[in-house]
Amino acid sequence: MISAGIDVGAKNVKVVLLRDGEVVSRSFETIGLNTQAAIDGAFAAALRQIGAGRGEISKITATGAGRKEVKFADGELTEVGASAKGVHHLFSSACTAIDVGAEEGRAIKVDEKGKVLDFAVNEKCAAGAGAFTEAMARALEVGVEKMGELSLKSRTAVPMNAQCAVFAESEVVSLIHAKTPKEDIARAVHDAIADRIVSMARRIGIEKDVVVVGGLAKNAGFIDSIKRTLATDVLVPQYPEYAAALGAALHAATPTGGQ
Amino acid sequence: MIANYGYLDGSGQYFIRIDTEKCDGCGDCVAVCPAGLLAVGADENDPFREEPVAKVTEDQRKKIKYSCGPCKPGAARPPLPCVAACKPGALEHSW
Amino acid sequence: MSTEFWRWTEYRKTMPGADWREAALLTAGVDVGSVSSQAVIMADGKLYAYSSMRTGSDSPRSAQNAMDWALEGTGLTLEKINYTVGTGYGRVNVSFADRAITEIACHARGANFIYGPSVRTVLDMGGQDCKVIRCDEKGKVTTFLMNDKCAAGTGRGMEVFADLLQIPITEIGGKSLDIDEEPKPVSSTCVVFAKSEATGLLRSGWPKNKVIAAYCAAMAHRVVSLLERVGVEKDFAITGGIAKNVGVTSRLAGELAIKPLETEYDTQLAGAIGAALFAHAITKKAKAGIK
Repeated sequence: MISAGIDVGAKNVKVVLLRDGEVVSRSFETIGLNTQAAIDGAFAAALRQIGAGRGEISKITATGAGRKEVKFADGELTEVGASAKGVHHLFSSACTAIDVGAEEGRAIKVDEKGKVLDFAVNEKCAAGAGAFTEAMARALEVGVEKMGELSLKSRTAVPMNAQCAVFAESEVVSLIHAKTPKEDIARAVHDAIADRIVSMARRIGIEKDVVVVGGLAKNAGFIDSIKRTLATDVLVPQYPEYAAALGAALHAATPTGGQ
Repeated sequence: MIANYGYLDGSGQYFIRIDTEKCDGCGDCVAVCPAGLLAVGADENDPFREEPVAKVTEDQRKKIKYSCGPCKPGAARPPLPCVAACKPGALEHSW
Repeated sequence: MSTEFWRWTEYRKTMPGADWREAALLTAGVDVGSVSSQAVIMADGKLYAYSSMRTGSDSPRSAQNAMDWALEGTGLTLEKINYTVGTGYGRVNVSFADRAITEIACHARGANFIYGPSVRTVLDMGGQDCKVIRCDEKGKVTTFLMNDKCAAGTGRGMEVFADLLQIPITEIGGKSLDIDEEPKPVSSTCVVFAKSEATGLLRSGWPKNKVIAAYCAAMAHRVVSLLERVGVEKDFAITGGIAKNVGVTSRLAGELAIKPLETEYDTQLAGAIGAALFAHAITKKAKAGIK
């Protein structure tokens, strides 16, 4: 039996296929002009990886901000629910899940069974989401995927005063003009966003183990800043951006899933 | 004067409202704030006022959402230490 | 990123027929904003001379330059000025000022001078912040709110759009009204997200003017929610760079169903005028105390 989880985020569609509880396929597509096309494309790519036809998928659960766009889904799950389920499956010791995507940041408190106890969300403001790092990478003229390794080279903490992504962009430009090394600016960017994410997480109370997922968790510089801000170690799965899609697929695989 | 410190951004409104007519500058709110958000000093916006008044410190005005977060867990609205400490009832949060 | 911002003309003026030599008390106000700086000189509490210029990267020098320019050709020198108040975002950089006073206090006082004592609510939309001030008939602040954390609703937010659409900022307002039908406002408040939304609208074939209209409407709507926090009491005035953007002000007036006051003064002088008036009041009060 194959079940599918489709996570339609603000920027990307992520698909996870599960066969008998094991992940057999992962696919990813950036949403360009057409969300439907990205959903269809990502789903088709996931099926292709295992040579399966659409008919072989027993249940499909959709999640993410754009989950209503998955017209062929059997059921849906909130982002918080999907993320918590995915994180608990990856690390059963998880008590706090921090999930930072392109346009939203979430902190979720889960019990030992993976049940959501409390959560806090930052949405509709780029300062607390991956979009912040992207905007700063543009101002620094470095690829967003380079931001992590760049900031890990920094030895000096530079404060960033602006809270808003738009004002922070101007601040980055003046730091460049003041000849501040790019690695120090990159670290300042990650420290700033980590500070906001951790402050948000403190609203629900942070308990170990802390698991960080979502697209921004792929950024080692951000993870380093999170660890320093929390003064504790955190767990990051191998494919952090698929955590919510995995949660959705697990939901689809349960006997009552997709209802 | 009603002083609104804080901001509105895409995610919501985060304001601390101080009624400077009611505030007697006692500083009880300053002592109980775990984030060190408040201070007592000259009223910057009323150059002729001589009595000190409570205010949100300059560097905290853009961070209220985050700094006040630990006192505002989840969806419930527990009494806030700063509001509870203010005897004249001069301080309010927008939540 | 375009470096050109509010493309207003730098200028100075001496009031015709006025003579500082006849005045008992000379005061000055210098407003150093993020984008522009103004210096105002008052003779016995009456407007004597003023200047308005771009704030350079060096705020202390911008303050000095604005003051020097206001003094130019008057025969008056800085030493003869009895008291100077600095205000604005860069107020601590006015090295020759006797005192610094917040732009909130100065703006209320200046608006009272510019618009007359009937003004009760002032919305100031500057380059990097948005303020709502309510004041009494003497120009004393009764309520204020200052939003300088978020770029939405500021000139900087509008600049991001001017840049995206490649339209000079001064043409935004007019173009936003040159449309067939009023579109739905852009749904995101956050400038970063609104920009992605606008990019999507352009890709889906919306003409530029319609996209600008949708953004001007969103900005007006956002400012209305700030105004509602403190309440709008008539008379109502709009100052700052965005006061010159008819695309935002007309939508704002429509949503509030209140017509903003008009004035022949450049509203960008409000802060410096207020500062000079405070300088006058402080000096008079001190003199009265001595007697």
